[in-house]
Amino acid sequence: MAAPAATDPIERRYGLTHRVDRWWVEPLLVGSGLGIFIIYSGISAMLGDRWAFETENGLYLSPFFEPLIHPGWLPDWFSPALLILWAPLGFRTTCYYYRRAYYRSYFLSPPACAVREPANSYAGESTLPLVIQNAHRWFMYVALLFIPILFTGAIKSYHLPGEGLGVGLGSIILTLNAFFLMMYTIGCHSLRHWVAGGLNQFSRTPLRRVRRQAWEVFTVANEHHRLWAWVSLVGVGVTDLYVHLVANGVITDPNTFTGPI
Amino acid sequence: MPVARLKVWRGGDDGAYEDYEVEYEEGMVVLDVVHRLQATQTPDLAVRWNCKAGKCGSCSAEINGRPQLQCMQRMEQYPEDEVIQIAPLKTFPLIRDLVCDVSWNYKIAKTIPEFQLTAPDQDGNRRMAQIDIDRGQEFRKCIECYLCQDVCHVIRDHPDNKDDFAGPRFFVQLANVAMHPLDTNPRRDTVDHGFGLEYCNITKCCTDVCPEHIKITDNAIIPLKERRVDEFYDPLRIIGRKFFGKK
Ligand code: SF4
Ligand code: SF4
Ligand code: FES
Ligand code: FES
Repeated sequence: MAAPAATDPIERRYGLTHRVDRWWVEPLLVGSGLGIFIIYSGISAMLGDRWAFETENGLYLSPFFEPLIHPGWLPDWFSPALLILWAPLGFRTTCYYYRRAYYRSYFLSPPACAVREPANSYAGESTLPLVIQNAHRWFMYVALLFIPILFTGAIKSYHLPGEGLGVGLGSIILTLNAFFLMMYTIGCHSLRHWVAGGLNQFSRTPLRRVRRQAWEVFTVANEHHRLWAWVSLVGVGVTDLYVHLVANGVITDPNTFTGPI
Repeated sequence: MPVARLKVWRGGDDGAYEDYEVEYEEGMVVLDVVHRLQATQTPDLAVRWNCKAGKCGSCSAEINGRPQLQCMQRMEQYPEDEVIQIAPLKTFPLIRDLVCDVSWNYKIAKTIPEFQLTAPDQDGNRRMAQIDIDRGQEFRKCIECYLCQDVCHVIRDHPDNKDDFAGPRFFVQLANVAMHPLDTNPRRDTVDHGFGLEYCNITKCCTDVCPEHIKITDNAIIPLKERRVDEFYDPLRIIGRKFFGKK
């Protein structure tokens, strides 16, 4: 990581950077935001208090545990979240936006545009381990399954067994969370490509024309992919925290149900 | 009249930044001030330009560390007392002052497959539907200013990658070829191989600096990367090929 010698003409002319704006603010904020989320989700998934799915009537289920896989033989200390989290985690880690975010903030590759990268050599995503980023397509297929699963969980939260329909703050939070994740997922570059990006002649068949129209819709979401990446990330964290607090009796969920949640 | 405080690179690799003060008028751009400097104080200052309208792509430089067209940066944006540092592009060999040798790009340009159009219709015309060429329209806005090539850290900070990496400007060109509805050049299928696409880590600096606002990363590079995923890594396609033969 040695900086090039100061006698090097390029180094003498450009140094680290000549940018005069606060170029380090963005990577710092992005890095801190991601870091907070990673630490939070680690703690939440492994916390020894009541899991965020153990509300009395199972009304609210944290997205970390959705869909709940909790076979009896699973030891108590093993968080069922671990059976789920690999999918959204893999999806986000290989996401083109998050790649950009952590390459800049954590790998400093580059820290910001026209700011010298500290590493001496660079092979990008051409070699192991980063060539694995190509698995994003795999995770995209899995992520598509999560959209109906999360909406089903949200819809279920409007119904208390033995009492019928109702609504709680938790149900609204779960619905918003499913919506945010849907917006994030449909803006995925890989999905956008998958619907029609590989075609060159859209006009050839009616089906291709339809695919092209779908591509245009996905493109709209894709243009705001960074925004939805953050909204959905914060959304998932807040939803998990909320269900966690309700499940552990720290706060009571305001709702129209008379029975216990 | 306000006075601009400039710091301009003078000379070749063994040169240095020199300080100048130049009077300017409202409405001027950086290139105007550089021209006034040349006219009044430094007649031997080398600077490339042509159109002064952001369309020829000649006047690329690094202004306060940002790769930009000198003719598109208005003086109003700089606070009165700010020193404006003007350097030549970092990624290409310096000739003198603000002028670089960008011929590496011309070498790469020769490796991009050219169009081989389908045979014309009976009446001698070729026809394309608007919907089929919409997507490529954006790519043809490129003015070859090479600002994207300059800012790309793959070659900016690691010049040894120049042998293996075509750079964002040429990914735009490759996407243009790859997505053309009437092209039949068999080499079109190779455009996402061998040009170093996998060196790009989609950190998007090329898109940030492009004066034509081409969405280089989202619309050229990522779609090319995704075409390669189609070919090699898509699980459904892998299964499809196994059971139903080559698609
Ligand atoms: S997105 Fe890729 S091609 Fe563009 S500047 Fe970054 S590394 Fe270079
Ligand atoms: S793609 Fe944009 S930045 Fe790159 S050479 Fe063309 S106009 Fe310049
Ligand atoms: S590119 Fe971000 S989710 Fe696929
Ligand atoms: S002089 Fe033509 S782009 Fe600036």
